[in-house]
Amino acid sequence: MVKANKSKNNITNLKTVSINNLSHFYGKNENKKQVLNDVNLNIDKGELVLLKGPSGCGKTTLLTLIGALRTCQSGDLTVLNNQLNGASRKTRQILRRSIGMIFQGHNLLRCLTAEQNVQMGADLIKGSTYLQRREIARNWLSAVGLEEHHKKLPNDLSGGQKQRVAIARALSANPKLLLADEPTSALDSVTGREIVTLLRKLAKEQNCSVLMVTHDPRISDMADRILNMEDGKIYSAHSELI
Amino acid sequence: MSFSFLKFRKIPLAWLLLTRQPLRLAVAIAGISFAGILMFMQLGFRDGLFDTSVTIHKLLDADLVLISPRSKSSISMSGFPKRRLIQTLAVEDVEKTAPVNLNYLLWRNPENLKTRSILALGFNPSDSLLLDEGFSKKAYKLRNPSRVLFDKLSRPEFGPIEEWFLSEKKVETEVAGKRVIVEGLVELGPSFGADGNLITSRETFLRLFPANPPGSIEIGLVKLKKGSDPELISRILNNSLPNDVKVLTKKQFIEFEKNYWKNSTAIGFIFSLGALMGFVVGCVVVYQILYSDVTDHLPEYATLLAMGYRLKSLFFVVAREGFLLALFGYLPAYFSGQILYSVIRSSTKLPIIMDADKTILIFVLVLVMCMGSAAVAMRKLVDADPAEIF
Repeated sequence: MVKANKSKNNITNLKTVSINNLSHFYGKNENKKQVLNDVNLNIDKGELVLLKGPSGCGKTTLLTLIGALRTCQSGDLTVLNNQLNGASRKTRQILRRSIGMIFQGHNLLRCLTAEQNVQMGADLIKGSTYLQRREIARNWLSAVGLEEHHKKLPNDLSGGQKQRVAIARALSANPKLLLADEPTSALDSVTGREIVTLLRKLAKEQNCSVLMVTHDPRISDMADRILNMEDGKIYSAHSELI
Repeated sequence: MSFSFLKFRKIPLAWLLLTRQPLRLAVAIAGISFAGILMFMQLGFRDGLFDTSVTIHKLLDADLVLISPRSKSSISMSGFPKRRLIQTLAVEDVEKTAPVNLNYLLWRNPENLKTRSILALGFNPSDSLLLDEGFSKKAYKLRNPSRVLFDKLSRPEFGPIEEWFLSEKKVETEVAGKRVIVEGLVELGPSFGADGNLITSRETFLRLFPANPPGSIEIGLVKLKKGSDPELISRILNNSLPNDVKVLTKKQFIEFEKNYWKNSTAIGFIFSLGALMGFVVGCVVVYQILYSDVTDHLPEYATLLAMGYRLKSLFFVVAREGFLLALFGYLPAYFSGQILYSVIRSSTKLPIIMDADKTILIFVLVLVMCMGSAAVAMRKLVDADPAEIF
């Protein structure tokens, strides 16, 4: 019995995300609407998974649940070995430090330079000095090709540059899981591919899993796995219900 | 060599959030400074009133003061029998006494002939009245009838007395319709109760104010022998003297006057209310600034929450913004207050000064104002939902 548990734990440890029968609802009583319907999903370490689906199918809700931004209502949701169903606000807040998030709208802090924005992510790393964190921020900006723009404010950057800064910020805290919502939607095809190539490279190098919501067909070939979502259920690329 | 403080150094987010919109920051600082100046002015006037009301009290050369129990303040003094003062000499520790008459009389400006109420003190020139060392020499001149010493700090409406006197011009005018000659100048200072002061002999005082019974005085000054305990002697005298007189230590006499202005008039309340209004105006300004700042940056705060920052950390950011606003708002208020105090001093001769008590009190009030408003604005932070930013 103990052996069986250990074996199960080892399997869980290989998974960054493990979801079993996850359901989620919005509204109450007659206005109650189910957005996720018995979702099952596993994401392995270092895996890049693309999630596609029409608007309103529940992609963003799933992303926010995995990102520990919402409370889990029904089913099992384990992220980085943390069971989120019934998890406290504090547990979710601490877990979020290990999850990098890239938003469609960048959400950069307008008063901070590109370097300071990235450093806000690095500041979550415990035990490092201010100078070390600044160095980390500069290295990540360099990794996304923006070393010459580190003193610029978000308003002085193009859409693509802002997205790169957002990626650098998400990666600067050494995340184990990266959640990205349409990171290439505002970018041209070349820049979009560059960004995803960069994400894939960094994910592999850092053994970081990536779950990316996208409608962009130009980057489909770069994913380890493509999932489709419809009416709150996840299907494989071959329309098999998972 | 390690610099451990560098571990705790962070990006100055509060400062950067505040300074992102310089115009809004300038408006905020102007609003807080205005509130601070308002408080400085109101509390300055209030303290000035209390201080000026006891200018003469502080200068009196006495350890104990006898007054009538019916006296309410220097602007409403009642008389008591002069013999009570003589009776105090029966106590061994009493060294000497000095009877003083005090009342408001009409002074005629010798230049434009307009009359104005002036506070007149009458005493025996051979007695010691004021702590000023050079005063006894001036007092000697009052032995001649109809001679007065004029307070050169009196308001200019009394006429160019100092200027005329120093130019060795004979300064002659009317007090209570009777001719007097200015024989010297003293420095007492006006108060809210009296725009000017003059000192004369009791003999002249009674001539100027014949309705005052000769055996009645308004103030009795008692000087004790060295080493005597004024509190103890005051208790002894209060027990032994009849009820038509009250014995106060000099400190109690000063408090008696201040308490009148504080408790028996609306003046203290009005100025305190004015300061409170400044405080409320400041609170509204700071709250508006911080609330709109938090609302503007709500998606950014939500992003920080999504990244794993604690809500408490964001509360600290807003609190630091409040502290910075307090600091930047207070400094101009302090320097403007200094300038305005100086203008008021020169135009009204009121001793309104920027003392440490007021400086600290108003800084604390501005700090409370900003931190309190920041605390209320923080409630908006709870609305920052990190799930909404996807």
